[in-house]
Amino acid sequence: MPEPMGFFTDTTVCIGCKACEVACKEWNQLPAENGGVGELSGDSYDNTRKLDGIHWRHVRFIEQFKGPYDGRWLMMSDVCKHCVQAGCLEVCPTGAIIRTEFDTVVIQSDVCNGCRACIAACPFGVIDVNPVSGTAQKCTLCYDRLKVGLEPACSKACPTDSIQFGSIAELRTRARKRVDQLTAQGVKAELYGADPDKALGGLNSFYLLVDEPEVYGLPRHPQLPSRNLTKSATFSAASAAVLGVLALVGLRKRRMDEQSRGGGGAGNV
Amino acid sequence: MSDTFFSAAPHWTWWIILYFFVGGIAGGAALLATVLDGFGGPEDRPVVRSGYNVAAVGAILSGALLTIDLGRPLRFWHMLFQSANFPTIMFKGWSPISFGAWGLLLFGLFSVLAALGGMAEEGRLRNPALRAVGGVVQGGLAKLVGALAGLLGVFIAGYTGVLLSVTNRPIWADSPWLGALFIASGVSAGAATLILLAPWRGATEASLARLSAFDTKALVVELVVFVLFIASVWPIRQVWVSFWGLLLLVGVGLGILTPLRLHATGRPMASAAKLVLLGGFLLRLATIFASEGIEHYRVAAGM
Repeated sequence: MPEPMGFFTDTTVCIGCKACEVACKEWNQLPAENGGVGELSGDSYDNTRKLDGIHWRHVRFIEQFKGPYDGRWLMMSDVCKHCVQAGCLEVCPTGAIIRTEFDTVVIQSDVCNGCRACIAACPFGVIDVNPVSGTAQKCTLCYDRLKVGLEPACSKACPTDSIQFGSIAELRTRARKRVDQLTAQGVKAELYGADPDKALGGLNSFYLLVDEPEVYGLPRHPQLPSRNLTKSATFSAASAAVLGVLALVGLRKRRMDEQSRGGGGAGNV
Repeated sequence: MSDTFFSAAPHWTWWIILYFFVGGIAGGAALLATVLDGFGGPEDRPVVRSGYNVAAVGAILSGALLTIDLGRPLRFWHMLFQSANFPTIMFKGWSPISFGAWGLLLFGLFSVLAALGGMAEEGRLRNPALRAVGGVVQGGLAKLVGALAGLLGVFIAGYTGVLLSVTNRPIWADSPWLGALFIASGVSAGAATLILLAPWRGATEASLARLSAFDTKALVVELVVFVLFIASVWPIRQVWVSFWGLLLLVGVGLGILTPLRLHATGRPMASAAKLVLLGGFLLRLATIFASEGIEHYRVAAGM
């Protein structure tokens, strides 16, 4: 059985070149958006804007400028987190979403019927429909490449090693060393998703961040969708019980008969 | 900021809104038909038969709406059977959408059987095969089939709200009350539909008046649950500062408060019933689109 594999993304060395986006699109043969006609976002160098069914990698550009000489760029190559406890896998009604032998999460496009439950279940907004296939799609962590011993296309293409691929255990050790190094240099850095005892049992694609998670478009406390199941089902059952009792009391014949004997009520009409 | 704001919208729009509305009516009508079937009198039979008919038509329409909404409609059966291991069942008890697919199938089966039983009782079935099936669903079996249709009907009316709560989307996942709200709305809309349709099947004024009196109580329950729902999403109240928030208010005003006032003043039942249906539709429309639209703000904000 192979070890759990994943990505460690060190955002401090990302230069926003988008080689990962291009490599991902090329390897996975993802279609162009808008028929290939370029569409600029108009307020950022980030024209991809988000992860979706045809963008499985997205380099996020965060511009933090207080004045012309006081500011910084934050860049982060975002991707599916391949959660150890995955919300998408939990809700998928067709069994299209599976956990692989590498502990990654993959959508089988030939099984998915495009119900889109996984899109709403993902706490990170990673999944969307690929308009060509009509199915939900996202990063597979290059499952086809992993099967033959190759590294995923994005990390292979990354020129600064911002995206590092490897076994989760090794990546966590490497990430902690990098945090220590940055902390010694006076940089406030922390890992997001590296702790298996925290949110979603840990993320198999985790990040080194130098600002709050929300700044990078990441939820502080990502949760499974099933957290609401028991409470919501209980309240629904209570509502059904109240209405059932009201219907029984209000609609049963005996009550009408009593009203009839009393000489009043609509039952005499 | 709620962690739900970082998720993406699933593009559940018009087909799903229509399904939630039609499914709610069908489920509510099935419940009322079952109660009247078991505990009503002979004069309630037209309402019972109408209820099962509404449930059957609603269930079939619901299945069609759900299938049309799929990205790959011809793979609708993947929700019921494992596509690679047919005919092994595909079922996840912890996934409302999986539970709902089976619930809708069974609801459709039992409501159609109950409707055929009712039509056979009236002698309206011309097709020999359907007449034979309807002829079997009589007496004790009809009561059992009707009870199953009623129970599954309540499930269909409510699981849609639970399904929304079991996501990571703003509003939906921020409240555990949507299932309860959809059940109350579905039952009141089911009663309203029967008030409008049952007279065509010969329902008596007495039956309709009791349905209308019950609808008043259902609307009160709906109003209470609505208040609880709004209280539960109060921490993210800014999401309602939109067209959909306004529409939700209009829906509550027209679909709950005005019918309650009409019932209190003894105005014609049909007017109140039409407003209840409008309110049930607007409730679902506003709830779905208020959350669906949030991704646009997220993207516009560069998040």
